[in-house]
Amino acid sequence: MVDAVVKPQGTPAPKTNRIGLTLADYKGAPSTLCDGCGHDAITSQIIKACYDLGVSPHMVAKMSGIGCSSKTPAYFLSQAHGFNSVHGRMPSVATGVAMANKNLQILAVSGDGDTASIGLGQFCHIVRRNVPMVYLVENNGVYGLTKGQFSATAEKGAKLKSGVQNELQSIDLCGLAIELGCGFVGRSFAGDPKQLVALLKAAMSHKGTAVLDVISPCVTFNNHEGSTKSYKYAKEHEIPLHELGYVPFFEQITVDYEPGSVQEVAMHDGSKLTLKKTERNYDPTNREKAAATIVEANQNKQFLTGLLYIDESKNSFTDVMHLEDHPLATLPAEQTRPGKEVLQEIMKSLM
Amino acid sequence: MKTLAADSAQKTNQGKIINDFSIQVATVNGSGSQSSNTVLMRSIFQMGIPVSGKNLFPSNIAGLPTWFTIRVNKDGWVARKKEIDILVAMNPQTAIDDVKALRPGAICVSPVELNLNKIRDDVQHYLVPFTELAAQASDNIKLRKLLTNMIYVGVVAELLDIDQAEIDVAIGRQFEGKGKAIDLNLAAAAKGREWTKANLKKEDAYYVERMNKTAGKIIIDGNAAAALGCLFAGATVVTWYPITPSSSLCETLSDYMEEYRVDKKTGKASYAIIQAEDEIAALGMALGAGWAGARSMTSTSGPGISLMGEFTGLGYFAEIPTVIFDVQRVGPSTGMPTRTAQADLISAYQLSHGDTKHIVLLPGSVEECYSLALEAFDLAERFQTPVFVLSDLDLGMNNWMSDPFKYPEKPMDRGKVLDKDQLEKLGKFERYRDVDGDGIPYRTLPGTDHPLAAYFTRGSGHNEKAAYTEKSEDYINLMERLDKKYQTARKYVPKPVLHLSKDAKVGIVAFGSSDPAILESVDQLKSASMPVSYLRVKALPFTEELRKFVEQHDRVYVVEQNRDRQMRDLITLEMPDLATKLKSIRHYNGLPVDARSVTDAILEQER
Ligand SMILES: Cc1ncc(C[n+]2csc(CCOP(=O)(O)OP(=O)(O)O)c2C)c(N)n1
Ligand code: SF4
Ligand SMILES: [Mg+2]
Repeated sequence: MVDAVVKPQGTPAPKTNRIGLTLADYKGAPSTLCDGCGHDAITSQIIKACYDLGVSPHMVAKMSGIGCSSKTPAYFLSQAHGFNSVHGRMPSVATGVAMANKNLQILAVSGDGDTASIGLGQFCHIVRRNVPMVYLVENNGVYGLTKGQFSATAEKGAKLKSGVQNELQSIDLCGLAIELGCGFVGRSFAGDPKQLVALLKAAMSHKGTAVLDVISPCVTFNNHEGSTKSYKYAKEHEIPLHELGYVPFFEQITVDYEPGSVQEVAMHDGSKLTLKKTERNYDPTNREKAAATIVEANQNKQFLTGLLYIDESKNSFTDVMHLEDHPLATLPAEQTRPGKEVLQEIMKSLM
Repeated sequence: MKTLAADSAQKTNQGKIINDFSIQVATVNGSGSQSSNTVLMRSIFQMGIPVSGKNLFPSNIAGLPTWFTIRVNKDGWVARKKEIDILVAMNPQTAIDDVKALRPGAICVSPVELNLNKIRDDVQHYLVPFTELAAQASDNIKLRKLLTNMIYVGVVAELLDIDQAEIDVAIGRQFEGKGKAIDLNLAAAAKGREWTKANLKKEDAYYVERMNKTAGKIIIDGNAAAALGCLFAGATVVTWYPITPSSSLCETLSDYMEEYRVDKKTGKASYAIIQAEDEIAALGMALGAGWAGARSMTSTSGPGISLMGEFTGLGYFAEIPTVIFDVQRVGPSTGMPTRTAQADLISAYQLSHGDTKHIVLLPGSVEECYSLALEAFDLAERFQTPVFVLSDLDLGMNNWMSDPFKYPEKPMDRGKVLDKDQLEKLGKFERYRDVDGDGIPYRTLPGTDHPLAAYFTRGSGHNEKAAYTEKSEDYINLMERLDKKYQTARKYVPKPVLHLSKDAKVGIVAFGSSDPAILESVDQLKSASMPVSYLRVKALPFTEELRKFVEQHDRVYVVEQNRDRQMRDLITLEMPDLATKLKSIRHYNGLPVDARSVTDAILEQER
């Protein structure tokens, strides 16, 4: 687009989004991670996604566990409440937050250690409950913060810097999430901002647990030759399942596609996801196919990215709990303390 | 007629011992005896006579021995009584041991085929053909087993002279809405009664006689009482993981919530109850909810408390309100899951690594399970910290008489929470700053629409602005403020209950479910010409009354139900200068403490 208007002298007013905020309004404290860390690249896309969507920062609750990745909520959306909890237990804390205030948009960041090892149980249960939240795993195949030990997502055969080889099978969090009945499962790469930002936006439009497993290279401990989570390896091996587009509910754009070349998925908040097909012709609404595709890709050492599975029809945990419309946290006492006559009635029944 | 009273305190009235004895029913768990025992206890209660019931049960679903003990006491003593006066020995597995354990002169009701009279002839036996009577009561073999239980109720009722009308009322209540069961049980009780009338000659001194001491009283267990406290405290997020003896707290709460906290029109709930995947998750959820502003709670027992360590430290350090009920059982490890103890005191008080100390409330009655539950939520939100309520199996799972609970008079104290308007007015907000000098900072809730509202919560080092720090002075500043906050709590927590005796040189300090036994022991000591004063601690941190009490007495016996003298040690740490005055009496065999044991232990050391 060409800017035809001649700007007045002085600094131009920064661009704002639909709620009048600038991109800077979505930033956080300066990152303290290593230069070039994949986690920082993801942080930038979270900021962009929230800005583009016009998310109200005060309605976001940023949640995390412990790890380099779990530190990142401090680096975006400084106007949102954040909670850096304990190692592997973020899902339970997030569940409590979701119950206390169902109007909050929960944006959770975890690591592969935080999720696939110490937190595997809580990960399974949050997916099982389908607590509304974005569950982002910044997956680098190692424990960054404790200086580079293998995590449970490291591929068999992957090598540490020291040359130590991983002899164990890896846990595929996307495959697991699908098995557990997750309604939104995506995989991406910190080095693929375009796809990542579309997936993030779609995840935020999903009403249950949206799991995003994002390969996020640890430049300090796992970016060497022999690593399967390095920038180089991921770039060389990434196979996008489709070209992702996201049309938010507040933009009524229609694009003409060649018939049959694009699959549209309607999100429950009125947004639209467009999946431009590749020769693979992948359909992310087929659960069995999705599971099989992941197994096959892992066998063939392929790095598939994109929206692996989506089902917008599932009830979320807040639906299942039949919660009051008003957040439980701030219900007035009249609604949470039954009257005197109730106590009297109960006392009588015990006499 | 010869007096058979074992306890010299048992007063006889023309050879009769009226309203002062204990009954023990020995059965097999899962046999349905619970209903019969409740009927027996209730019918005595309905006659206006103070009673208490204790269920000694195995950690098993069916087939293992279980004992139910009813204490009938005209003076209102409701603690466990050491001696059994009347045994109903229905369990062949334990009958021989049960009858051997009786003191000479006690009563034993048993099935005739067990031949218990051959085991001992110095107890008063009543042999009853239960099998035959049950066969007459029903053709259905399965039913016969159940009805046998109600037949012994009839036998005991006749022997003790329990009003048939009260038995009928109690049966009607127990099987409410199940007409057929009511009829069958009424008939079974009547059968037992009639057979006894026709075939047994009363040869003992035990009788019940109508009194007027239970009118207007309720019977409830401590877990249900605590659940009521949570209901009226306005708890909104409740999380738990099943464990004996705490499960019934959240299960009962769930029933009450469904009844009273669901909007009848919309069907929407003003609460969420979540059965978590484990106790770590249960506390994580409670903390997440507390952080976001809900009145949250969880309930567990020893093993769960151990799992909650890390999260409790987070709650303390990051200052997040929640309430944790610990219905204590015997530990360590799995321990004896269906026996009672007070051995989590120190672990709850200091739960987590690092320097931590928590507010711990110590209910001593079912009424306090209710009222301290209410109080716990106020304290948690006022002090922005996890608050423990330490109940135990004896209090939590046994039935106790009580005055009806009072409706909360105070409005809820939601603590120092700043909303949008207050933020606007203040123009400044620092999450961890001690603005008021009481160590308690202000907080905001996520979702508050003001640019100043947001802050970042972390379990890592943080300064007053909630920013990450590794600076020594920031850490010390924070830890000192947390300590100051804890000191402030001394003025807010419930004060101890004092029973001062004139001229008493000796004092007793106890807490929790020991209370009824101690009250009775104080009375027994008085009868033995030894006046003692008694202070019951209701909370940690200690309040100034405790120090005064210890100062006022020459010797202070700290009575507690654990091996390691945990309360005595905490008091010693609190007032090392008075430590030499402290003596210890422990009772930790898994059974509730009884008055006689305490009295004897004190007399032994004092004489
Ligand atoms: C209970 C507990 N055990 C161990 C640790 C130490 N620890 C901190 S971060 C971490 C691993 C983090 O790995 P990951 O989640 O993959 O995050 P990354 O640093 O790689 O982003 C471990 C083991 C801890 N904080 N808590
Ligand atoms: S150690 Fe690795 S994961 Fe941690 S900040 Fe550095 S590059 Fe990132
Ligand atoms: Mg990692």
